[in-house]
Formats: sequence, structure tokens, C-alpha cells
Amino acid sequence: MSANMTTERTQFNGLMRVLHWLMAAMVLTMLGIGVAMVASLGDYHTLVSIHRPLGIAILILVVIRLLTRLSSSLPPFPATMSQQERLAAHGSEVLLYTLLFVEPLVGWGMLSAARFPIVLFGSVHLFPILPHSVMVYAFLRQAHTILAYLFFLAFIAHFGAILFHTLIVRDGMLGRMVPWRVRAR
Amino acid sequence: MAQLTANQDPKTRHGGGESVNPPGGSTLARLAGIGILLLGVVAAFLYLGGWFSPQKLTPGRFVDEFQRVDGTFSGFRRNHAKGVCVRGFFDSNGQGTRLSRAVVFRAGRVPVIGRFSIGGGDPYAGDALSDVRGLGLQFSLSDGEQWRTAMVNLPVFPFKDAQAFYDNLVASQPDPATHQPDPAKGAAFLASHPETARALGIIKSHAPSSGFDNSTFYGLNAFRFTNADGTVTPVRWALVPVQPYEAGSAAEGSQDKNFLFDGLIASILQHPLQWHLILTVGQPGDPTNDATIPWPEGRETVDVGTLTLDSVESEETSPARDVNFDPLVLPVGIAPSDDPLLSARSAIYSQSFTRRAGEKKLPSAITPAEVQK
Repeated sequence: MSANMTTERTQFNGLMRVLHWLMAAMVLTMLGIGVAMVASLGDYHTLVSIHRPLGIAILILVVIRLLTRLSSSLPPFPATMSQQERLAAHGSEVLLYTLLFVEPLVGWGMLSAARFPIVLFGSVHLFPILPHSVMVYAFLRQAHTILAYLFFLAFIAHFGAILFHTLIVRDGMLGRMVPWRVRAR
Repeated sequence: MAQLTANQDPKTRHGGGESVNPPGGSTLARLAGIGILLLGVVAAFLYLGGWFSPQKLTPGRFVDEFQRVDGTFSGFRRNHAKGVCVRGFFDSNGQGTRLSRAVVFRAGRVPVIGRFSIGGGDPYAGDALSDVRGLGLQFSLSDGEQWRTAMVNLPVFPFKDAQAFYDNLVASQPDPATHQPDPAKGAAFLASHPETARALGIIKSHAPSSGFDNSTFYGLNAFRFTNADGTVTPVRWALVPVQPYEAGSAAEGSQDKNFLFDGLIASILQHPLQWHLILTVGQPGDPTNDATIPWPEGRETVDVGTLTLDSVESEETSPARDVNFDPLVLPVGIAPSDDPLLSARSAIYSQSFTRRAGEKKLPSAITPAEVQK
């Protein structure tokens, strides 16, 4: 902590920032593919073949990301934020991390319960993580959709909040997460 | 507010941000910009989900149409609803490795579960000789991969894509007054789909056999086989019965509502039933994207092994009831062709599976007692 007293962080560390933007792109792709594939006939197979390995990749990355998040120091919130805003920001962060874990696990779990092969690529496939039950499949399949819509809403809230801070409050909050280095103010 | 100003970049400090001037036009414009951007993202998401194209054929709308024609029966497949399940194995003779590196074609035995069915969404319908007979199979390969296939006893498929299949379903919907499909609508469909008329001509030239046990089942769609050298070959497959062909007689149906299934049960209880898995090797130029067109006579065929089905059980006790015989669950070495029907089948089967999975399972027409007699 003593080192941080003199040079307080202005940004999340490099790995956190790379993971943030990489996973943001992956999650948006997943949400788009997910909502498109369930309405698609001709492209269904191609989309679902991307959806499965991409979801598992997100699950792996969020483990790395959470470990990095827990083991690194964080930049402080801008002084513009009230206590309630900080609470809301923290809550939305917890929600997004939870969804990053739960949504791929529900997807893996539902295919497991249906005993549908969970092919990643080639002959590489995942083992089932739940017992065989089509009722469990049906429940998780519905949960997968509901969580996806919740994820999309959480993204919209997150995106809206950072746009507000960047364009209206103009407190430099985005600088904490931009991929390039930002000097201390 | 002074603190807020200190946090801003120099440009806004000089340009007069909201801390200097009261919220003015530029702040409102930026707020509106944010709103438009967010709405745009929401609209893009809804567009991808097909919310702005209510006429587009989706898996959900396709399955809705099955339900409109045949009704909804809790826990049953939306098509090929009536069925009975089987178990057995596939003995590969190794000949298939020339065309595909799929583990299933290496010499050896692979366990199989399957399900015989008749076409239509009513699981309690009476059997008829002219019914489309289906056979779904799941091969469990030694490396953990699966191969699933859903075949029918038609040499070609009557519809070239999902839209044509759907349009025919709409045309064959029973008239509320007569409870019969309107023949004029059926004729109009055939007139606008010459490929269906041609396919039906081919189908009619193959008289149905007396039962499931002596039926040939066709994979219908073409697939791309890749062997160990990386050579890609278009292939269609069929299961050709060892049981000798007997022409079906129309009188059978009048005695027993389940005569096709009861015949299968009696036959399998007597002796194991066998089929040869025959691959037909396509030549350059043979259509791989249209299941209504047969490949020319004389194409090379390869007998790659024998399927043996030696036990039969009711859907109520069999794991095969809960298997989605998705034709795109394929091992490495078999890949989909460019036939648009394949992805559509995969999507629609998944939709049907998802709907029935969560429903209460009603008793099957072919009960456990029926299978034992």
C-alpha cells in the first residue's frame, strides 16, 4: 500500500484494461449472435458453432479477470461521484461479473442436461456438468434467454453511465479504462 | 462545483462547461446524442433478433405451423410425434475410412440408440402404409463424439428448403368447415413448386414395403466427407435392409391402429434386425444443395458396415425419447454440405426439442406393455 500512497493509480492495470475491451467485444458479439441465431434457419448452424466456443472463452477469461481484479489495486472513483453513485457503480460491476460467470455456465449446463454434445472445435468437446434431465434443460434454456436480456440491459446501463460521465459530467472517468496510458491529472 | 471544474480537462474549462454556464443547448444536444446512441444500440439488437421482420420464417414460426396443423401434444415431438425406441450397434467394416476419417468408420463396433417414427404431429394417429417412416439414430463413438442422423423412407425429400416445407404446411392446413385440406391450395402449391411435383413422382414410384423392418431409410441431404488425406467427397447415405422386401398390403391397417409399430416389435422380438449402411459417392456437378433431386444412376456405392437393432422399448422408458436427432451432430470427418435444409432442420429440431423438453410427458401410443406382448 505504501507505494500506492505516492503514485496513486489513475487507471486499471494493463491486463484489466485489455481484458475489459476484449471481453466487451466478445460479449456484444455473443449477445448479437444469440438473439440472431434463435430466429435464424439458414445461418443457425454457423452461428451456434461460433456461440459455443466463444461462450466458453468468455468463461475462461472472466476467471483470469476476476483474479486480476482481486489481486490488483484500483483507481479511485472520480470526486464527482456521490456515495449513491459509487454504490450503484459497484453494484453494476458485481452484476456484470456475475453475468459473465453465470451466463456461460448456464449455457454449458443446459447442453449438459440435454446430453447434447458440447463441441468446441474439431473433436474437442466439453464434459457434461449436470445430470441428464430434459426438465432441467428446459429451465436453464429459458434462464439463458432471460439472463441474456438482463445482460443486454446491464450493458446499456453501463454504456449510458460512461457516456454520461464522459460527455456531460466530463470527469475523465473513461480514462481509467482506456487501452492507452493516461497520465495522472 | 469548484472541485468538479478542477477535474475537467483544460478545453472544457475554457470552453465553458456546465459548471460555468447553466445547462444550455450544448449539454442538451449531448444528452440527446447519448439517448440516440443508446436507442440505436437497442434497435440494432432488436433488428438482429428479427423484431422488425414479423413475416420472416423463424424456427419458432415453423414449429407453430406444425402445431396449427396437427395440434399440440404435451411432451411430444412436433413432427414425427409417434414412435418407438430401439437399441443396437453398428459394426463398421473399415471401408468408410477411404472417404471419411470419422471414428465411426474405423473397423469395430459402436453402440447405437434410435427411434422409429411416422411423420405428422399427432402421437396417437393410426398407422397408414403411406405414412412417412422415420428412423433417428445416435452413434456413440469411442472418442466421446456423437453422430446423429434422422432419416426417412423416401428416396428424395419433397421440399428444397424450409420455406417450401412451411408453405406446404400452410396449404395443407385443414379447412375448419370440412376438416380436410383444401385440394385447390395443394394444387396451387404444386404448380408453384415443380421440384416438389418431380420429387413426389419419384417417391410414388417406390411402393412402400410392408413394415419398418424391410424399409430403406435415406439420409436425404448430401454431406461433405473428409478422409485422412484431406480429400473432400460429397456423400449421401442410406440404410438398406437385410430383411427382404415385401410389398405392403392395404388391408393391414384396418385391423390394428399401430400395425406398423406392432409389426416392428414382433419382428425385432423374433430376431435382430439389420441394415447395411451404404454410402453413395457424388461426382463433381452432382447437386449437393437440393434434397429433392436424386443423383444420377450408377454412382459408386460403398457398403461401410451393418447396423443391428436387437431390442425395442417404449418411448416412456427409453433414453431415445429425450434425444434430439439433430442431423448436424456430426463427428469430425463428416460435415454439412451447402444444402440450406440442413441448418434449417437443426434449428427447427432444436425448437421442437426445447418446447417439448419442459412439458409434462403424456403416455406414448406404443406403451411399455405393447412392446412386451
